[in-house]
Order: sequence, then structure tokens, then C-alpha cells
Amino acid sequence: MKHSIRNLIGAGVLATSTALSGMAHAADTIKIGVLHSLSGTMAISETTLKDTVLMMIEEQNKKGGLLGKKLEAVVVDPASNWPLFAEKTRELISKNNVDVIFGCWTSVSRKSVLPVIEELNGMLFYPVQYEGEESSRNVFYTGAAPNQQAIPAVDYLLSEDGGKAERFVLLGTDYVYPRTTNKVLRSYLNGKGISDANIMENYTPFGHSDWQTIVSDVKKFASKGKKTAVVSTINGDANVPFYKELANQGIKAEDIPVVAFSVGEEELAGLDTAPLVGHLAAWNYFMSIETPENTKFINTWKKFIKDDKRVTNDPMEATYLGFKMWVQAVEQAGTTDVDAVRQAMYGQKVKNLTGGVAVMNTNHHLSKPVVIGEIQDDGQFDVVWKTDGVVKGDAWSDFIPESAKLKSDWTFPWACGNCEVAKYAAE
Amino acid sequence: MFRNDIKICLTLIATVLVAVFSAPAYADVFTDGVQALNAKSYSDKGRAIDALASLSDERSVAVLDALLAGKLVYKKSDGRVFIAHKMGGVYALTSPVNSKEVGEVAKSDIKKIRINNKLRGKLKGLLGGLTLMSKDPDLRLSAANKVFTANDPAMLTLLERALAREEDADIKVRLTRAHAAIVLVHSTDRAARLSAVKTLETFTDPDVSSLLGKLAFLDDAGQPIEKDPAVFKAAKDAHKSVESQLAKWALLGNLFQGVSLGSVLLLAAVGLAITFGVMGVINMAHGEMVMLGAYTTFVVQDVIRTHFPDAFDWSLAIAVPAAFLVAGAVGIVIERGVIRFLYGRPLETLLATWGVSLVLQQMIRSIFGPTNQEVGNPSWMSGAIETSTGLVLTYNRIWIIVFSLGVLVMLALIARKTMFGLQMRAVTQNRAMASSMGIRSGWVDALTFGLGSGVAGIAGVALSQIDNVSPNLGQAYIIDSFMVVVFGGVGNLWGTLVGAFSLGILNKFMEPYAGAVLAKILILVGIILFIQKRPRGLFALKGRAVDN
Repeated sequence: MKHSIRNLIGAGVLATSTALSGMAHAADTIKIGVLHSLSGTMAISETTLKDTVLMMIEEQNKKGGLLGKKLEAVVVDPASNWPLFAEKTRELISKNNVDVIFGCWTSVSRKSVLPVIEELNGMLFYPVQYEGEESSRNVFYTGAAPNQQAIPAVDYLLSEDGGKAERFVLLGTDYVYPRTTNKVLRSYLNGKGISDANIMENYTPFGHSDWQTIVSDVKKFASKGKKTAVVSTINGDANVPFYKELANQGIKAEDIPVVAFSVGEEELAGLDTAPLVGHLAAWNYFMSIETPENTKFINTWKKFIKDDKRVTNDPMEATYLGFKMWVQAVEQAGTTDVDAVRQAMYGQKVKNLTGGVAVMNTNHHLSKPVVIGEIQDDGQFDVVWKTDGVVKGDAWSDFIPESAKLKSDWTFPWACGNCEVAKYAAE
Repeated sequence: MFRNDIKICLTLIATVLVAVFSAPAYADVFTDGVQALNAKSYSDKGRAIDALASLSDERSVAVLDALLAGKLVYKKSDGRVFIAHKMGGVYALTSPVNSKEVGEVAKSDIKKIRINNKLRGKLKGLLGGLTLMSKDPDLRLSAANKVFTANDPAMLTLLERALAREEDADIKVRLTRAHAAIVLVHSTDRAARLSAVKTLETFTDPDVSSLLGKLAFLDDAGQPIEKDPAVFKAAKDAHKSVESQLAKWALLGNLFQGVSLGSVLLLAAVGLAITFGVMGVINMAHGEMVMLGAYTTFVVQDVIRTHFPDAFDWSLAIAVPAAFLVAGAVGIVIERGVIRFLYGRPLETLLATWGVSLVLQQMIRSIFGPTNQEVGNPSWMSGAIETSTGLVLTYNRIWIIVFSLGVLVMLALIARKTMFGLQMRAVTQNRAMASSMGIRSGWVDALTFGLGSGVAGIAGVALSQIDNVSPNLGQAYIIDSFMVVVFGGVGNLWGTLVGAFSLGILNKFMEPYAGAVLAKILILVGIILFIQKRPRGLFALKGRAVDN
């Protein structure tokens, strides 16, 4: 009898300890790295994305987490310092053992992360529109490629509704994204019969604040008798003084429309937009688009950030789409293992906040709709043009001869980001 | 089958009833015309706008005006069109037909009738046409300009009528311009077109130049766009002469831009001319003082907006002393807390103040958030003086030039005419001697640093009008400020003035040829070379004090 009691106790202890270890296992979390600058020049844009990831994690945890575990954010601050992005990536993967990273804004920071994330076989979701000409096995690009933003925007300007522009001014900040985008645009415009004499290109430093000369140059260029439009890849802080100068020099959107690729609701928050009504922006998302998903997203965001005045923007939607897809892929794969999740990512579908369904393609870019909006006096955009369906993101531009040959496809038989022929022969 | 018939019958009856009861509102062409604006496609809207404008109904002006201003909305429930005015959180609707108030609705119940740039241009032209005969001369003047821009041949007869009865000489000139423009582009009569070119040639005006340019260029195949050779030649000559006139004005414009950039540099640097120039403190947190001034402006405007919205135009007048006090106080705290322990150790001062600048930036980021804050322009600072010659002098720039000179004069007066200024100069020239004369040199140091910081704060008020108000505001100006002070000569206010304006003008004259990036580099290289030759800058201080 005594013996059996002892056995019973033993079994009890064993059972308890098993249960405990089980609980300890359940308390284990899935770690998500957040790699956005919280200080320095880019903090103005990137802090919002950090908050977006945190909001998505909170929402997911409310639903019970993922694979029975809670999600946990590991937030680091690369401080707008490009080499630090690489160091922080190494720290996140090697030391904090994160399963996935959401981060980066500028292309130069992404380029800095690339070698590290490829060496350590991590997974990065990059949520900002960019210049293309890249495809990494370890990066999913959820922002727009040039053919999902720049090309449709120029098409609109060339169209009847957009004013049939015949002369183009390409204004940009002096770094890789504007220069590459303008290279793509120039060869595209040449293909549309617009000669180099009718294209003016101009670059300014980061944070340029004195736009008097450039704006009057634009006016002069536009006074040559042909309808002129401006395509702006001006980034970050320089936009506010640029638009102020436009307004003060009285450039009206009906005469010289400016279409911007880096100006969204957030950037307009520091501006009086009444004199800017009618200037354009091309994105995949606008806050003003009314769909049930978007309304819900905006409400959740305002509640999370505890500020009724905060706006939402395109990179936030890109973060949202990337996060949702990753969650679905993990659930499908049943693990957070990077290689398994990558395979599960292909073909994942998530409803866009603007209607339609976004699909992850095997070139690690999304299929998304493109929308063009006009600035309104309340700082929002009104949609004036929208693609019929979704547009598939192109890693390599068809309009740069040496890139047009390249193909990106990370599934068999290609399994390659920049190949002219498939790596493996299909049998 | 039978059921369906009943249904149709009932619907018919209901429709008739609705039609009868709402008959007064739906019965005329005008109402239908307004209703037609709520079309799906932009081309349908364009047709509806044309139809409405051709009704010669006075009410159309108000409707088209509202459409242009984005105030024309339709109710989501029944699609009826109203003019909406925002009243706090709700919108008050007025009927476009009889301008009667029809009640208030929430934002979610209505939707704006959207227009695009093409329609916007069309509306402006039409409204111009509709107001050509207005009693208000200002309206007529702007109407004449709008008609010129729209260049719509349909307005020719209207324009001729307006020309015949116009008495105001200014407006008449504008009407003639619009008339000649329409004739030149749309007429087929060679003589009339040639005389239109002659008329247009007398205008030194970029819009006219642009219009003439349309005819004066060759197309891509090398053929003239204008098919009539006589008109082509006349237009080409006229274009050339207008352009050469414009070039002279453009030079003047360039000079203004240079002076304006110089005044911004002067404002940013003048505080540093005191802390660095007079005291010799390498203050890396100088830019953050400017930033604090800009945020003070934001806070002042925020308070005024919520509590005294009528006084908004005065916000900057209140912000200037407030910014001076805030930045000055922070400056004194920094001097007493950090810098006074580091006098005579420039490297440590540099590092310590740089640390302070990071702390201040992060503090602002934590309090106000990392995004830009909106600082509005008071009405007297928005817009521009636009001469007909294409010279644009923006009001905010003009005021900043005036303001920067005012600040400099004030500082010079303080340094020369006040007791504090005397003590300040005494301490900086010979500290030991000044102390033995009974001057509390420590306090003078603190106040001088406070003065320099306060002036930087004032600069922030002005810069908030043309730049971002973000935590990074200061960083953008710190290098330029040091450049100006070193170039102008350390310890010399006039040197700062001359340095700022010469750098500004030089930059602006180089920019059109070299581009913004290269111009900046060239200036930097130029200054480095200049400093090699004259290490003490343009206006070097002489005397024994310099040797310390």
C-alpha cells in the first residue's frame, strides 16, 4: 500500500512537472524584430512604422497569438545611421533570435542590411516604395516597385484626364532611389516620344530648404509652350519647404501639376494644404479610401496611438499586408523556420485596405492596385484615378535594357533573383 | 405575373407621388443641371459644367464656385446635391436652387463631388467668363486673367462685349491681352493674328512668352508647329524679344532670392555670432535653440487657435518674445550647468554641447513626437507680390529680410548703447581686468550666452515660416551658421551681416548653372580656400584681445 502511495506521489510529481514544463513551453514567445529609426533624420517617418508593427502584434496577441505562442516585439533603434542598420540586424538575429524582422525605410539602409540578412538567413519585410533593381531571397518587398507607382503616375500625366503633359521636370533628392527611378522614367518617357530636350532633371541634397531658384527654374521650363508636369522624388524633410515655395510662387496644379512619390498623409501633416489643392501623389493606399477594412484599420490605429488626429499612410498599409501575410505563412508552415515560412509565403493573399486582394509573388514583390490622388485642403487625398485590377510588382525594370533581360523567381526551376536563364533545367 | 404588375403599378404611383410632392425642387432645368454634376466620370461632369454655365442663370456662379472649392456635396442616401459649409464637427447644407438652409448632417452622410485638374482649369475659365461683367473691379481683373489662361474661343464674343464697356485702364489692358491670345491661337485670319502677335509683344509676361512659345517652336520632326510662315516668324521674333525682357527681370529675381537666402543665414548665424563670435564657445547646440524657438511658435499658435482664433494674425508677434525667453532661459541653464566648467577647453565644449544638442532633440521628440508640426502663416505672410513681368517676391521672404535686419540692429544697439553691452564687451576683451573693475564676470557670461541663445530662438520663429518644424530643424542650420560666422570674421556683427549676404547671393547665382548640390560644395571649397588666406575671416578683429 505504502509502495503504491509513493508511486502515486511520484506519478503526481512527474505529471505536475510535465505540465509545468508544458506551461513553460507555452510561455515561450515568437520574437519579432522591429528595425526602424527612432532618432535621427528618418525618425520622422519610421517611428510610425514601429508603432504600426507594435499595433499588429498587439492585435494578433488579442486573437491568441500564433501557433499557441504569444508574439513579442524586440525594438531596436538604428538611429538613421546606415551602417548601424547592419549591426542591429546581426544583433537581432544572432543575439535576440528573432524569427522575422520588419524594418528599414531608405534604400541605403536596406542595402546595408542585405549582406547580413543573407549571411544569417534571416527574413526582412521592407514596407516602403523603392527603386526596384533588386531581389533578395531573404527580403519581401511589400512597398511599390517603380512599375506600381512611377510608371502609372507618368501614364496618368500623359493621359487626357491628367492634362496631356509633353514636358517633364524630374526633381529628386540626391541618392539612389530618385536617381534610379528617374533613370527608369527617362527611358520610359523616351519610349513615349518625349525627347531629352523636354526632360529636365534636378537633384538637391537631403533636407534642402531653399527652393526659390529651383521653383522659378521649373516655372521657366514650363513657359516654353508645352504642358509641363513635375515628377517629384524629393524625400523626407525637404518636401515641406518645397511645397511652401510652390504655394507662395503661385504654381497651380491646373498649370503645372506636381506628382510626388514620397509625399503621403504624414508628410502633409505639417503643411497648410489649401494652396496645394490638385497636386498629385501616386501610391497603393490613401487614408481617404472608404472600405470596411480601411475604416477598421484607421480606428484601431487611432485607438492604439491614443491620438485622434494621427493619419495613416501607404507604408503603414505595406507593413500591415506584410505582417498579415507572414502570420498566415507561419500558420500554414506550422513553424517560424525561415526556409519553411519563405516557401509558404508564395501565393499568400491578404485583402488590401483599398479593396481587392494583394498576392505575394515568387519574385518577393506584391500584386497591388495603384491609385493616384489629388491633395485636398484638409491634408487628405482624393482618388482621381485607379488601376482596374492589381499590378504585379516588377523587381527588374522592363525599361532599363540591361535589367529587362533579368528575371526574379525564387521557386524551382529558377530559384534565383537576377538570372537570365533558369538555374535548374525543368524536366 | 399579376403580382409583378401590381408591383410595377405601385412603384409608378409612388414615383408620381414623389414627383408631385417634390415638384417645386425638381421642376426646372437648373435643378437638373445641378443634379447632373453628380456624374460618375469626369467627362460627364465636364459636360454638365458646360451645360450649367450656358444656362445664363445667376445661381450657376455660386454652384460652380462651390464645386471648385470642394464644397459641393451629395447626400449618400438619395444622391441629391447640396452646398455644404463646415460648422464644427457637422456640415450645414444649403440648397443650390433657392439657397435655403436644409439642415445639418454628419460628415459620413455626405460625399464631396470630386473634380480633377482638368475640370479645375475649366471651372476657373468659365467662372472668369461669368464674372467678366461683374461690378467689382477686382473680380473683373481676375476674370480677365482667367479667361486668358483658359484660352477658350467660345468666350471671344463675351470678351469683346466686356472690352467695349470696360473703363478701368488696367483691366482693359488685361482684356486686350486675353483677346489677342484667343485670336492668335484660334483665328484663321492671318492679318488679325499678326496684329495679335504685335499686341502680345508689348507684354513682358511669362504667360505671354509661354503662349508665343507654343507657336515659335519646331516639333520633333523639325517642322514649325505653326503652319503659317508669316505668323511663325512674327511669333518667333516676338517670343525672342519678350524673353530677353524677361531675362532682365529674372536677374532681379535672382538677386532677391540671394538676399532672401542671405537673410535666413543671417538669422541662423546671428545668435552664434554672439556665443561663438564674442564668447568663443563652440556651441553645437545652437541649432537646437533655433528649434526650440520654432516649437515655441507652434505652442503659441496652438494655444491661440484653440482659445483666441481671431488673434491668429498676431501669433508671431507673441511668439517672438516667448521664443526669446524660452531659448534664452535654456541657454542660461546650459551655460551655468555645463559650459562654465569648460571655458578654455574648446574640444570638451564641443563634445559637451553636442551631447546637449542630442538630449534636446530627443526631449522634443518625446514630448511632441517625431513628425512635423504645423505652423501656419499669418495672412500677412502668405502669398506674393507678383508683377506682370514674372518677378515673384513672396511676402514671407520679404518679412524675413526685414526681420533679420531688425534683429541685427537691435543686437548692435544692445552691444553699443547699454550697460550690459559694455560689460559684455569688457569681459570678452579682458576678463581679469573686467573682474577687478567689479563686474561679475560669471553673470555676464551667463547673460551673454542667454542673449545669443534667445536670438537663436527668435530666428526659430522666422524659420518656422519657411521650413519644417521637426526635431531635426536645428541640424540643418548649424553648419551654415558656423560657416557664416567664420567667413565673416569671428567676433564681428557686421562681418556676420556681410558674410551671410555674400554667401546667400553667391549661392543663388551659382545654383542655376551648377545645381543645388554642386553650388553648396563649391561654396564650401571656396570658404576653405578663403580661410587659408585669411584665417580670421572677412573682417578680422585687431588688437591684443585677439591673441588670447
